[in-house]
Amino acid sequence: MEKQVILNSKHFELTINRLCYQLIETHNDFSNTVLIGLQPRGVNVLERIKTRLETILGKEVVCGKLDITFFRDDFRRRETPLIPSTTNIDFVIENKKVVLMDDVLFTGRTIRSGLDALLAYGRPEKVELLSLIDRRFKRDLPIQADYVGKMVDTLISERVSVEWKEIEGEDKVILFTPDTNG
Amino acid sequence: MDSLSVDHLTGIKHLTENDIELIFKTADSFKEVINRSIKKVPSLRDITIANLFFENSTRTRLSFELAEKRLSADVVNFSAASSSVKKGETLIDTVNNILSMKVDMVVMRHPNPGAAKFLSERVNARVINAGDGTHEHPTQALLDAYSIREKLGSVAGKKVVIVGDILHSRVALSNIYCLQKLGAEVMVCGPTTLIPKYIHELGVQVEHNLTNALEWCDVANMLRIQLERQDIKYFPSLREYSMQYGLTKEILDQLPKKIVVMHPGPINRGVEITSDVADSDQAIILDQVENGVAVRMAVIYLLASKIKRQ
Repeated sequence: MEKQVILNSKHFELTINRLCYQLIETHNDFSNTVLIGLQPRGVNVLERIKTRLETILGKEVVCGKLDITFFRDDFRRRETPLIPSTTNIDFVIENKKVVLMDDVLFTGRTIRSGLDALLAYGRPEKVELLSLIDRRFKRDLPIQADYVGKMVDTLISERVSVEWKEIEGEDKVILFTPDTNG
Repeated sequence: MDSLSVDHLTGIKHLTENDIELIFKTADSFKEVINRSIKKVPSLRDITIANLFFENSTRTRLSFELAEKRLSADVVNFSAASSSVKKGETLIDTVNNILSMKVDMVVMRHPNPGAAKFLSERVNARVINAGDGTHEHPTQALLDAYSIREKLGSVAGKKVVIVGDILHSRVALSNIYCLQKLGAEVMVCGPTTLIPKYIHELGVQVEHNLTNALEWCDVANMLRIQLERQDIKYFPSLREYSMQYGLTKEILDQLPKKIVVMHPGPINRGVEITSDVADSDQAIILDQVENGVAVRMAVIYLLASKIKRQ
């Protein structure tokens, strides 16, 4: 397996910063906007963006975590059962602007489940999608992100992994390519 | 520990501690789901479940049906009173007939101990035991332990006394297995005639004095006297039973600490428990019912995930 760092910690921080300012451009003071991270790894993106946004804006931004396990379309098609994480949305999203967040956008199926799961909390005015990494050209569904940290062109056999300072010790994004022996 | 070690839920006896923890962890998520304004998730869209009740039930049956519907499964109901069982059909024939209509899972309550295990070995469907005679009632024990965990933080190290008709109670046996697997200490309390002779071999303490038992415990699970299963008299009168083993507010208030009072229902108010105890803030009887739906959703979800698509 060949490893290639496609986003190092310096660029990682710059990217988060840029995403925050892009969000502020659209949502101003976030008075009618909520941020929702998709469990499990989208929550890391959410935490980082939330901290940075609150520093820039000097006010609290409403955030929630959404688990999409029960809404996935691959239940009983996998070898191991899907074990849920916690959902923590203690506000109503009726008529709110929602920004969904995930770490890697690939087939779009997670986001599809996320949109379904979201409906249980009301009818949002608008839903946008923020993804730290966009593996473009590999979509199974017609879903695109509104805010993208970095676009990467990948093969299906490759794997993209986002690592976090809080968990793995360093902020970086790695592309894993399987060895090709002829 | 991401998958249950069993393919059917016939009894707590066959579960591991990890299985129980996995069910509880999954139930936490479902409890969140059933408190949303839209209480339904689409996980089991392509699963059909038959509820076969060869014995009366209100709570368990409703609870299972709600759990199944909130997982979006298709549900068919069957009760023995209005069925061909009365015309002489065997259990396996009845179930195989239902399964030919493409049913994936069977929830069964039956008056004969071992009926669920018997069925699980002979039919091609997942089987959940919803009570088999005086043997086991696994989902009740799971929801009882889940309610203790919710109220007291954990089950391990807690002292639980089960009071009443232990001899005829499937709830008692399942509770003993479940609580012991989770590390709780269990005591049974009741008149000598209603305590099985060899129960101490399960590692439980036996006490015949209610006050002593209550002073020892953190949680008291009060069982109903199952008059429908008693073909002979086990005690002189209900009134005498009630005076000796009925839980009243006076007894509760005299205890050195506040204990948690549970009851699997249906309650016979004034017999095993008085109204003011059943309605007091120490009783978690209605929490048990709410948790029942979440725990059953978890069990059905985890077993259904083992049904492979064709």
